[in-house]
Amino acid sequence: MRAVTWRGVNEIGVEDVPEPMILNDQDIIVEVGLSATCGSDLHLLGGYIPTMRAGDVLGHEFMGTVAEVGRSVTKHHVGDRVVVVSFTSCGQCWYCRQGLWSLCDNGNPNPGITEALWGQAIGGCYGYSHAMGGWAGSHARYIRVPYGDQGAFPIPENVSDERALFASDAAPTGWTGAHQAGVQHGDVVAVWGGGGVGQMAARAAMLMGADRVVVIDRYENRLEQVRTHIGAETLDYEAVDVPAELREMSGGRGPDVCIEAVGMEAHTPGAQHVYDQVKQQMRLQTDRPAAVREAIYACRKGGTVFTLGVFAGLVDKFPLGAVMNKALTLRGAQQHGHRYIPEILELMSRDEVKTEHLATHVMSLEEGPKGYAMFKNKEDGCVRAVFRPAS
Amino acid sequence: MTSSTTVASRAARAGGTLARHVRTAFDPSAGRPAGSGQPASGWLVVTVLREESDIENSPLPAPLAEFGDRVELRVRSGSDGKGTELAARLRDQPTSSSALRRLSGKDPQADLRSALRRAKQILEVGEVLVVDPTPHGERTLTPGGAFVEAWTKAAPEAGVL
Repeated sequence: MRAVTWRGVNEIGVEDVPEPMILNDQDIIVEVGLSATCGSDLHLLGGYIPTMRAGDVLGHEFMGTVAEVGRSVTKHHVGDRVVVVSFTSCGQCWYCRQGLWSLCDNGNPNPGITEALWGQAIGGCYGYSHAMGGWAGSHARYIRVPYGDQGAFPIPENVSDERALFASDAAPTGWTGAHQAGVQHGDVVAVWGGGGVGQMAARAAMLMGADRVVVIDRYENRLEQVRTHIGAETLDYEAVDVPAELREMSGGRGPDVCIEAVGMEAHTPGAQHVYDQVKQQMRLQTDRPAAVREAIYACRKGGTVFTLGVFAGLVDKFPLGAVMNKALTLRGAQQHGHRYIPEILELMSRDEVKTEHLATHVMSLEEGPKGYAMFKNKEDGCVRAVFRPAS
Repeated sequence: MTSSTTVASRAARAGGTLARHVRTAFDPSAGRPAGSGQPASGWLVVTVLREESDIENSPLPAPLAEFGDRVELRVRSGSDGKGTELAARLRDQPTSSSALRRLSGKDPQADLRSALRRAKQILEVGEVLVVDPTPHGERTLTPGGAFVEAWTKAAPEAGVL
């Protein structure tokens, strides 16, 4: 079958790869209907998460049809239309049972790598490096889904493929951020990053009762999507002083909750960006944390900062003094999607969550390199390039 | 067949990037990977989300049973509903090994570490998760790729458990 693969730093290929097989009794095989690029893929592309091998199949956000089931699978049948959460989690360990699904003890067959990097291993993720399990990704005709009863969810009839696709990763990641940050009724919430995850975090915060939700980005097409499809307010960080605007918008207090949905390749105007770029390129820090720094400074005293963007390792000039003295709660997580996806699909079926607008460019697998280039460079207003393997 | 488009190919950078990332994962103050030491007792421990009686009354999972009397086992209730602590150590306790050997799965406890992880999976999930053979394209030989391949092969036995 054809697949979009990582070939090297900033090099994407389209290759023939073997079809996946059932290897565990709880596996299912899904014929991929749609598979999205994700901002976190750009960290793989740029070589910032250096546990990829040439030939690895990319993609972790997808939906499709069940093509085969293992003998222990009870919830799914061949032909079911499903969306699959991007994390591989067993559903049986203590972390899964606590709803902390991305922290699964058993979903990553390569625990030694992340134990070395972070002290403990977390669950696995499709198409996201050998540190995250080495699972083949979804930019292919078929994908193997371990723990199929846990990770695949039936799509309601009235939810389109294009909408359901983003219940795989962008939406549950946003829900994870807003919920785990403890958004309360009446809160002012600021979200750094107006891509798919940031938009979904904003929508989640609104549905959780936030009084005012503000999304910060520099791309006008993304900010327009936020205003039109999400219903949140926006700030262009290249045009205004973000902390000052946020203070004014929150009665001088600062936002109650600050959600960072940017990650390790943050941009910012001015000297800070140059400093971070130089240190990152020299590997004196692995990640550029400009948005996290700003969120910490902007957050109200006693508020919560949530790092939802992907970070890999170490950062420099981290304002720990502000965290401590302002009594901030600092949290982070990969997505605990298994606990949120049923609710998200229900909201999608009632038109309370809409995501089709994120798929600005739908194309074939053969156009994989072009899709990633457009997505990376934000060409033609690309918010997400989405691949349709059957086309 | 590969049809690849180079956005701005910097593949040669990958090997150096990898080495630097590994280096930066080390705790500079300790001069070794953070938390990579080992307890003096020699026990390796996992917490299994099963009742203590379930574990005591079940056959020993095959990965641990294969060690026969070369290992000691200890089972005790975990704190606050977190499950049951299952510990194992080699009867002939090896001398302390370096952090690098532990993290690369080359220390004397590597096989036991892997067995303990697999036993936990059997007790909790009923089967041991396998990833290979996984679909992939052409594996181009590069220093970075060789390093990742070696680390991936060692990863099930390596770590700080």
